[in-house]
Order: sequence, then structure tokens, then C-alpha cells
Amino acid sequence: MATRKKTITDPLSDNNPITIQVLGICSALAVTVQVQTAFVMACALTVVLCSSNVLISLLRHHIPSRIRMIVEVSVIASLVVVVDQVLRAFFFELSRQLSIFVGLIITNCIVMGRAEAYAIQNPPAPSFMDGLGNALGYSFILLLVASFREIIGSGSWYGWNLFPEGYVGSGLAILAPGAFLILGIIIWVQRTVTQNFKDD
Amino acid sequence: MHYISLAVETIFINNIVLAYFLGMCSFLACSKKVETATGLGLAVICVLGLTAPFNWAVHNFFLREGALAWTGVSALAELDLSFLNLICFIAVIASTVQLVEMILDRFFPRLYTSLGIFLPLITVNCSILGGSLFMVERTYTFPETLVYGFSAGTGFALAIISLSAVRKKIRYSRIPAGLQGLGMTMILTGLMSMAFMAFAGIDL
Repeated sequence: MATRKKTITDPLSDNNPITIQVLGICSALAVTVQVQTAFVMACALTVVLCSSNVLISLLRHHIPSRIRMIVEVSVIASLVVVVDQVLRAFFFELSRQLSIFVGLIITNCIVMGRAEAYAIQNPPAPSFMDGLGNALGYSFILLLVASFREIIGSGSWYGWNLFPEGYVGSGLAILAPGAFLILGIIIWVQRTVTQNFKDD
Repeated sequence: MHYISLAVETIFINNIVLAYFLGMCSFLACSKKVETATGLGLAVICVLGLTAPFNWAVHNFFLREGALAWTGVSALAELDLSFLNLICFIAVIASTVQLVEMILDRFFPRLYTSLGIFLPLITVNCSILGGSLFMVERTYTFPETLVYGFSAGTGFALAIISLSAVRKKIRYSRIPAGLQGLGMTMILTGLMSMAFMAFAGIDL
């Protein structure tokens, strides 16, 4: 049980997929202008990552190792298509804001990376835990970056105004450079706190 | 003229890495040395320049709403298969990469060895799939797609080569321990992206 708990808690800080393993940065930056879009994106990735880990782990004895990449990509792509269609059907406005980034979950390195590094050689239950843990670690960073960007950039959080009338948002936080700078600073803080100075 | 302005816009103003965050993973991982960065940049130009037009054809002749009208079968004429976009695009990309790999291996062995592992990895580079998805979302025509594919790749190459040059220079700087590596690279990218924003005023 202890190891199972570790599978979930490890990716939250010590082995965070974004700040330590450097995976899945693209979407972490692109969808974080508002907390709401970041939240939807985090949910979508959690669903895809957990189910792809379970599916690939179930199939692991049947996949010939030479074509495993193609099999993994097709499993992930089919799951993403399902998520994309569900979002389009029930949350049309949000799915339009996320534009192509839901589709880009296919090439999100976290999903592929976990399938390759964990699910292909472990039974379904631990793979599910591993997927959940990594998805939570990803969501945590995503929401953190989004909170900073929305509070600084538009003076609100999840659409609620936090400041009195007349707060002028900082355009820098909304535009691309702000995302890079904020994520850079988060990485700095986290690596200093956890004393994890892995040089990459 | 329209095509030149599209190219300039894609390379500088809407740079695929610095403004849309696509292809960040390989952008960060492969920018340690100028040689590898150049190799990857060239490979991305080739693959993006090929897959965008291929996917344009797949989208417009098979998957778009009413795209199958050319078959003349009335049952097919109103079919909307665009939900298959994602799967078909990724399949086209994977097979194009394989094809490019074989062609390079056969006719340009030196270039092939210098690109090494980067070619197969390009399949999962978000900028390639992103290029195709943007092409659909912005409803480009065929010539526009050609120009877009090549200039998006050029934008990626430009960004990764300049970042690798900067990283080479800061190797001996004294950076706080927690900021070394990824942290510093993120901040450098932020500054580069700020610099690229200065191009936003260009209007051709």
C-alpha cells in the first residue's frame, strides 16, 4: 500500500512531470491564460492519461515491441477523439477556447512517456495510479500557472473579480512571454524547495 | 504578395514556438548544442513542409463535410468525417516521417546520420500536428498551406538555433542552483518571445 501511495504522491512534487521531468510543457503554457480553461484541460488530460495507461497495460502482453509506438499512438489518439467530441457536445464554448490544444493531447509527451515508461511493463491497477498521480502533478502546475496569469493579467480568479474597479491588468502576463517567465520562476522555487537540482 | 506576408507573419509574428508554445519539449531538450539544434530545425522544416499539404489533401478530399462529393455517390456527398481528423493526421505524419527517413537514408546518407534520433521523434513533436490543425482551423487554401508549412518550420528552426546559441554562451555564467538548466531556459525563452513580440507591428 505504501508504494501505491508513493506512485500517486511522487509525481506531485519530487518527480513532477512538468517541472522535473520536463514533459508536456506546450499545453501547460498555452491554455493557462484563464483558470477555467486550464481546469478543463487538466480534466481532459486526467481522463486520457488514466484510461490510456490502463488500456496499454491491459494490452501489454499482446503488443509486439517493434510496433509498440504505433499502437500506443493509436490508443491515445482514439481516446483523445472521444474526449474532444464530448467537450464539443457539452461544453462548446470552452472547447472553442481550447481550440487545437485538446487535439494536441495526442502529442503531449506525458501521455506517451507514461505509457512507454510505466504502463507497458506494469499491471493495470498500478498503471492507473501512476496515470492519476502524473495527471494530478500536471494539473497542479497548470492551475498554479493559470492562477498567477489570471490574477496578474486580468485581476480575477476563475472569472471572479478580485480587485476593486479600476485594476489595470498587466498585458505581459496574458501574452506568451509571461507564461514562460512565470513557469521559469515556479520551476526555480520548486527545485530550490525540494533541493532537486537535476541538471538537464 | 499575400504569400510573402503570410510567411513573414508565420515566421516572426506568430512564431510557432514563441507565440503558440508548440514543440516546446524538443525545443527545450535539443537546444543544448548548436549542431543538434540545426539538425532538428532542418528536419522540422522538411516534415512540416510535407505533412501540412498532405493533411490538407486528406482533409479536403476525404474528411471535410461534403468532401466526398467528388465520388459522385449521393450517400457519401453529405458525409462529415471531420471527427476522424486527429487520427488521420497523426497517421499521415507518422508515415511521412518514415518515408522521409527512408529517402534520406537512401539518397543523403550524411544528412541522415547527422539527424539521427531526431527524425523518428518528430512524430510526437506537437508543432507538426499543431501545424496541420491550425491549417484546418484557419481554412487555408492549398498554396497558403504550402507556404504556411514551410514558414512554420522555418520559425521553429530560427527559434531553436538562436536559443541554442544563447545557451552555449551562458554555460559559464553563475546561475543560482535551482535555476540552472530548465528554469533558466524558460526565462531565456520568455525574453526571446518578448523580443519577437516587437515584430508584431510589421504589416505588409
